[in-house]
Amino acid sequence: MPIPVLKLTNITKTFGSVIANQDVNLTLEQGEMLALLGENGAGKTTLMSILFGHYTADSGAVEVFGKQLPEGSPRAAIDAGVGMVHQHFTLAENMTVLENVMLGTESLLSPRHDKKTARGRLEELMERFCLELNPSARVKDLSVGEQQRVEILKVLYRNARILILDEPTSVLTPQEADHLFTTLRQLVKEGLSVIFITHKMREVMTASDRCAVLRQGRVVFEAATGDTSAEELARAMVGSEIPKTRRADRQRQADREMLCLDAVQVADATGKRLLNNLTLRLNSHEILGIAGVSGNGQAQLADLLSGLIQPTAGRIIIQGKPLAKPSPAAMLKHGLGRVPDDRTGTGLVADMTVMENLATESYRQPGFARRGVLNFKAMASHARQLIKSFDVRCPGIDTPVRKLSGGNMQKLILARVLADKPSIIIVNQPTWGLDVGATAYVHQQLLDAAERGAGVILISEDLDEIFRVADRIQVMYQGALSAPMPTREVERAELGLLMSGNRSPQGCALGGAA
Amino acid sequence: MDIANFLLETGFWMATIRMATPLLFGTLGELICERAGVLNLGIEGIMAAGCMAGWTWVYLGGDLWTGILFAAFVGGLFGLLHALFTVHLGLSQHVTGLGITMLASALSSFVFRMLLPTATTPPKIVPFKPFPIPLLSDIPFVGDILFNQSALTYLAFLAVIATGYALFRTPAGLALRMAGENPMAVEAQGLSVFSIRTSAVVIGSALMAVGGAFLTMSAFDAFYIGMVNGRGWICIALVVFSSWKPGKALLGCLFFAAFDAVQMRVQQQSGMAIPYQFYLMMPYVFSIMALIIMSRRAAYPKALLIPFRKGER
Repeated sequence: MPIPVLKLTNITKTFGSVIANQDVNLTLEQGEMLALLGENGAGKTTLMSILFGHYTADSGAVEVFGKQLPEGSPRAAIDAGVGMVHQHFTLAENMTVLENVMLGTESLLSPRHDKKTARGRLEELMERFCLELNPSARVKDLSVGEQQRVEILKVLYRNARILILDEPTSVLTPQEADHLFTTLRQLVKEGLSVIFITHKMREVMTASDRCAVLRQGRVVFEAATGDTSAEELARAMVGSEIPKTRRADRQRQADREMLCLDAVQVADATGKRLLNNLTLRLNSHEILGIAGVSGNGQAQLADLLSGLIQPTAGRIIIQGKPLAKPSPAAMLKHGLGRVPDDRTGTGLVADMTVMENLATESYRQPGFARRGVLNFKAMASHARQLIKSFDVRCPGIDTPVRKLSGGNMQKLILARVLADKPSIIIVNQPTWGLDVGATAYVHQQLLDAAERGAGVILISEDLDEIFRVADRIQVMYQGALSAPMPTREVERAELGLLMSGNRSPQGCALGGAA
Repeated sequence: MDIANFLLETGFWMATIRMATPLLFGTLGELICERAGVLNLGIEGIMAAGCMAGWTWVYLGGDLWTGILFAAFVGGLFGLLHALFTVHLGLSQHVTGLGITMLASALSSFVFRMLLPTATTPPKIVPFKPFPIPLLSDIPFVGDILFNQSALTYLAFLAVIATGYALFRTPAGLALRMAGENPMAVEAQGLSVFSIRTSAVVIGSALMAVGGAFLTMSAFDAFYIGMVNGRGWICIALVVFSSWKPGKALLGCLFFAAFDAVQMRVQQQSGMAIPYQFYLMMPYVFSIMALIIMSRRAAYPKALLIPFRKGER
């Protein structure tokens, strides 16, 4: 039996009282593509960071090609032939592709660069692996997919034999993701071994040779991909049957129009259009999903609807009345609730307590303040009631919010928003970084709100999420929205095309009416 | 036309080059720090420390060149202190820098007073003499201006070339610039962001101190309290003006020095018709104008001012 190219033995790592990895054993064979699956927080990234020397394990050993790897040294990992493509790229935007690739490949004491040789080698690699790029291009001028290619080239340039990719497709369109997997296949054919981390079942089933599932820091399942099924893997990831939040086929009541964007445009200070001719209609009792790859204007749409930025043209109409001057206060007054994507940025004040955060949008109301003085008793009982009914797990209402987990922070925001029974709810990336349980909870809350009659706009990069809860879907691409499509009738591939800027075959006009 | 006549005098241009020298050292030093991602507001104080250290060394009997080395060493020490706070402890670069400036300026005056408690007129040393370069300095007009300067001035011009080469033609320079753009990229290659940034701050600070030493050991021959007189702050502006490029920094320093030389000439010639403060103000107005124009398209290092903490994302 040949020696595995990579062998992890009994890796254990704890952060304080949290166990990130426990007795993890994992092997990787020559020329193999291994998918490492797991929910957010299952310990995938920690494990790979230990392997790459960013963290040191509490116990256990890492062997590469039969030799033990010294702990805590990325340098040693690189020298042993391990290359890592991080989820958040480690590129310098203002520098060229070549400079980014060359960094650290020459001795720091050497008196000069050999750019010519480096460029030659890089071009040879690009040709061999069909990763065409201009070596002199600045990284900031490249698309996200191209930037990922730079990261892969960096690794190949260092003669890596083992390639680790952390959530490589999270920022890619479906087409770019296909291209990535074609590249990876070719690398494997050339004798490299690949580990990719993901929580997308489809990628595991189509691309990997073998898969391992991590749950709560342990390897709970390992199999050849051919011998298992998506359902089996999903069960292993979650630990039990997947909690299904299937939308009951609701009886559509006589829907009222809650919110309407009429040919809205937003431009920045230099006149560059950020949002282009947006037309959108949100009814009561429905969830409208806004899909798209990040950075296509979703953030601006959320800001626009929260009143944080002003339209430069077009109208915002709330329940039939055009809004004269949008501002966050005006939006709140019109019954709008927002769940921002940046939880500790615009959602919560991390250093303030649970109670204070729950009152941040309502502290001026008569119940909470009298003649400009806060009524702590009322605030406290309000907070206690909310954390109970929304199941926010926290030591107490005096706990600073930064001590809560991501899931509990999100529950807290939802509690604050939903307590006011808003008629329009804007939700941006609500389940980012949450585990299955918390995700299901958030989805259920959104569905319940729609059931009560609210209109919900769900902005998400996660297609599965949109398919699960949205009634209609619009795709955002470069600041424009596609025509709405009923979720029941839309195909995944069609959305993928729209997300990468190709109009669907039916040729639906951008910004068409509902 | 009287007023513009000085543009044809060698004396005016020699003064321009001479006055550009301390600015060059300071600007290059600051540029190196900022390229690595660390703003060094300690520059004003570090230049003062250089002034004092170099002068004291010679006053106490050392020779001129070891005096320059000593000044660089003292500057490097203050740089190390700045790096300790901003790079290793990740504290605010603004606050630390201003603190270093206060500490270094005050300490320089203090040591000077301890050394010479009674002196009313500052004692003098024998400074660097002009060092005409054979043959080249015989070229009419240009020869005097460019090749009849003191050795430190030549050194400053060589430092421009050396800094440009080191930053853009060596692996260490690439790593340094990368540390100022995206420290995670450096860390991911197994290089130490801490040591790269620390080295940059130490080397940059040493250069600043040499710029200070030029004032007491070449431009003048004595130490006065407060003699750096805002040159450090001008260097900070010049770094922005230069878009963090050594070549443009040279241009900026020459421009600024020429303006300074002009204001001195015009002041002498125009008598008291216009208050002299107006002329003193001119170089600074110029630098503000230049900043407004240039900094609009400046591509500053992405990670400038952002402390790097290992293991955080």
